[in-house]
Amino acid sequence: METKAFQKIYTKITQITKATCSLNAEGVGYEELASVNGRLAQVVKIQGKSVTLQVFAGTEGIPSNAEVTFYGRPPSLKVSDDLAGRFFNSFGMPIDGGPEVEGEEREIGGPSVNPVRRKQPSELIATGIAGIDLNNTLVTGQKIPFFADPDQPFNQVMAMVALRAKADKIILGGMGLTNDDYLYFKNVFDNAGALDRIISFVNTTEDPPVERLLVPDMALTAAEYFAVDKNENVLVLLTDMTLFADALSIVSNRMDQIPSKDSMPGSLYSDLAKIYEKAVQFPEGGSITIIAVTTLSGGDITHAIPDNTGYITEGQLFLRRDTEIGKVVIDPFRSLSRLKQLVIGTKTREDHPQVMNTAVRLYADAANARTKLENGFDLTDYDERTLNFAREYSEKLLAIDVNIDTDTMMDTGWELFATHFKPEEVGIREEFVEKYWPK
Amino acid sequence: MKEEKLTKGKVAGVIANLVMVDVDGPVSQNEICYIKLEDVKLMAEVIKVLDKSAYIQVFESTRGLRIGTEVEFSKSMLEVTLGPGILSRNYDGLQHDLDKMDGVFLKRGDYTSALDSEKKWSFKPLAKEGDSVTAGDWLGEVNENEQPHKIMVPFKLEGKFKVKSVVDKGEYTINDTIAVLLDSKEKEVAITMVQKWPVKVPIKNFKNKPRPFKLLETGVRTMDTLNPIVEGGTGFIPGPFGSGKTVLQHAISKQAEADIVIVAACGERANEVVEIFAEFPEIDDPRTGRKLMERTTIIANTSNMPVAAREASVYTAMTLAEYYRSMGLRVLLLADSTSRWAQALREMSNRMEELPGPDAFPMDLPAIISNFYSRAGFVYLNNGKTGSITFIGTVSPAGGNLKEPVTESTKKAARCFYALSQQRADSKRYPAIDPIDSYSKYIEYPELQEYLKENVGEDWVDNVMMVKNIQIRGKEASEQINILGDDGVPVNYHVDFWKSEVIDFVILQQDAFDPIDQSCPIHRQKYMLEKVLEVYKTEFEFGSFEEVNPYFKRIINEFKQMNYSEFESEGFKRHEKELHTIIDEKKTA
Ligand SMILES: Nc1ncnc2c1ncn2[C@@H]1O[C@H](COP(=O)(O)OP(=O)(O)OP(=O)(O)O)[C@@H](O)[C@H]1O
Ligand SMILES: [Mg+2]
Repeated sequence: METKAFQKIYTKITQITKATCSLNAEGVGYEELASVNGRLAQVVKIQGKSVTLQVFAGTEGIPSNAEVTFYGRPPSLKVSDDLAGRFFNSFGMPIDGGPEVEGEEREIGGPSVNPVRRKQPSELIATGIAGIDLNNTLVTGQKIPFFADPDQPFNQVMAMVALRAKADKIILGGMGLTNDDYLYFKNVFDNAGALDRIISFVNTTEDPPVERLLVPDMALTAAEYFAVDKNENVLVLLTDMTLFADALSIVSNRMDQIPSKDSMPGSLYSDLAKIYEKAVQFPEGGSITIIAVTTLSGGDITHAIPDNTGYITEGQLFLRRDTEIGKVVIDPFRSLSRLKQLVIGTKTREDHPQVMNTAVRLYADAANARTKLENGFDLTDYDERTLNFAREYSEKLLAIDVNIDTDTMMDTGWELFATHFKPEEVGIREEFVEKYWPK
Repeated sequence: MKEEKLTKGKVAGVIANLVMVDVDGPVSQNEICYIKLEDVKLMAEVIKVLDKSAYIQVFESTRGLRIGTEVEFSKSMLEVTLGPGILSRNYDGLQHDLDKMDGVFLKRGDYTSALDSEKKWSFKPLAKEGDSVTAGDWLGEVNENEQPHKIMVPFKLEGKFKVKSVVDKGEYTINDTIAVLLDSKEKEVAITMVQKWPVKVPIKNFKNKPRPFKLLETGVRTMDTLNPIVEGGTGFIPGPFGSGKTVLQHAISKQAEADIVIVAACGERANEVVEIFAEFPEIDDPRTGRKLMERTTIIANTSNMPVAAREASVYTAMTLAEYYRSMGLRVLLLADSTSRWAQALREMSNRMEELPGPDAFPMDLPAIISNFYSRAGFVYLNNGKTGSITFIGTVSPAGGNLKEPVTESTKKAARCFYALSQQRADSKRYPAIDPIDSYSKYIEYPELQEYLKENVGEDWVDNVMMVKNIQIRGKEASEQINILGDDGVPVNYHVDFWKSEVIDFVILQQDAFDPIDQSCPIHRQKYMLEKVLEVYKTEFEFGSFEEVNPYFKRIINEFKQMNYSEFESEGFKRHEKELHTIIDEKKTA
């Protein structure tokens, strides 16, 4: 990013904190980009003549006579079809050795879509994973995170979902990604022959954490280009949003803001919503779907990060290791796709809602039976049957290694019902029982 | 009144959407001003004044704002425009018409007008020359999507007026003069169909506000039967994310017995608003024979729209509701989620470095919330007619923990508490309203009890109380069973538990997405409740506890099939008959 020749250079910094520095400057716009001794920074506060800059890479070693120049514009990204297949850092600069991308320069973190110009999402995204397609069906224009403990294979599942989703473009926003994970994504996409549909903005663990704050906006600005200008279906992968939120709290704490719950800034909800709400289905056919990762600590979803995320996204996919079958499953209790209503039973077979609900209810009965067992009580015949059902259900439908089509998922459900229960025990609408109960 | 010149100012500081302005004249708290940023004007509201400096919250992004930018003050507070043409509109939080805006993306400063100034309305006079009138009195009426929209003496007019003239029946636009009034000094005041009103000030042109007493049917069994809300009542729905607040509110908005529905989408998902846009124009409204959208207004400030306008949006919605209430209409006002509004207050309060209260919310949060809820209510207008605003808000407690400031403050203000339970939601027992923790204070009102006895049934209230007891007994029985084990308790514990489960599955649970089950009129609720109590009152004989569960499962299944069938249809009756056969199997003689 070049500075313009006529730009004024300031050299008198009045205050330096861990994340910010202040100086006297004139004619500066709010949220304008600046450079402090070559490090990128952004205007976060203007008070009279005094301008406070947030330095993305941190202020270590910044002298009080550092050279400061202002760009006269907020952070931006040059967009064009040439973005496809490329890897960039948080500032949108190539890290793959390739040339800079030429194109129209667009401000990142731009305005929201007028709600009346949105279309109701209605296109199903098939992943082959029954824990998703049967129980938590995804649609284009949706935003949904994986809630997972750090040791779970969320990046693998996400890459799998992305490749099966038949998107025109996949945009990876990596925040605090380990170098290994970064290479993993690169490899998987490469092996699938999909690299030309992939665009990546990556902040690795080796980069300064505050830089990550730019990654989602960069990724989404690219996404808007393809979804709006090119009417494409774009899938944006954001991993790991917990590390993004951590960076927010670093900044706000260093700026002495009053923290709210879990030392997160009081604006966490709005900050996250601004990103996730970029998911949209446009009437012209383009769409932005966001699949994110929010890592949990010790499975605690009441922590401010997953909690605020849950209030924003259209459901969540909860990964859990099922010790009984020794596999990672998509937990049917805590997982939810709120947009599934728009497609199940209409875009999929009519019995979909009832099969889904019944199976989950029986699985809940099994959980109760297991509690009984753990407390040393005898099980009834019904309890035993629910436990057997649950084991098979987990193995044949919930496990993330399942890859079948939706009708087969439902047929499997009916088979499991018929193997373990009588029709009157499942409480499904009579007409469906007559039609689908295996004879 | 002497002509005062408008105060001007210059931007002196920017921190996110809090802007400090040096002013050259008087400014008042909550005054609206406009920042002239390049070729657009950004709307803002004064929230603090310190010497020559006004602190304003900008209803837009402040990106690119510079020191010295000019600001112009308007002398008025944040106001809404009231007149025919509000229904079926989609507004942003400041009442700008979203449909009139250009382009796919929202543009800063794109302020569209709330009403249509070209459209002609067919006006019918209600007042006549010589009538003595005061603010809020009805001068005439236009047909707004089949609702009798009253043209009133503007709320801002103080004192008594005499009607000098009213125009004849005919077609007029909102800006045509439809009446001329004379004040006490015989000065003429021309009246059009439009007026303005500041959103933070309640409209109080009614005679009195008695305790509400009429059931407001919502079609949701667990509300109407167990914890009814009333016309002019207040209620709130707290619940962790995904527990069903929005689905429940949408169900209420589609089904409730109201004339006007106003939905404030406050800091929630845009796709949920889109769902309303997509569905409401398709839903038939049995009362008018038209579409539901025609008597609905949506105020959309979704979570990605500017935060300061989020705070304004609930007030905008409430003021529109008060306007329609003054016409003698029954208004249902829904806000999802009031927590986002409280968070908007928190963000601003923190930016102003105010002393924070619990969880960094502003200290006066409880007062702000209770003032807001108090604007709802059932009123007798000056002409003896009645009108009401029933308000139901959702609350999104952090971490799902109800011991947090927004829930606690709201609990003090709202009379109905519909607590959604994570556990019920997890086991898909929708709507997840906890039958034991939730309450309606109205059911204790003798006025409502009287009303229910007269309009629903003589035993209704007693039956409802009985159901509540059965739920508590069932819970106790299930706890005992869990502690002592299935065979460690007498068989009748199992029976008690399963009888409460019958109520849970048949009355409390309701499928919001099933075309039949989603809405249950009160007479059907009564029928089902009595049927369920019949089961409850029946003595059964079981050989062992193991027979209890499968038996009641069969009973529940027949009941559920009844719920899924058209009331009193062939199928309904067939399942009812089957139900009785099952009951007779185990009934003690
Ligand atoms: N009555 C119901 N019948 C069937 N499903 C329901 C019902 N209520 C809720 N659900 C399911 O729960 C999901 C979440 O509901 P909803 O969006 O209303 O939650 P919420 O409490 O508003 O959450 P948030 O606070 O995050 O907005 C729905 O998408 C739907 O799948
Ligand atoms: Mg909701």
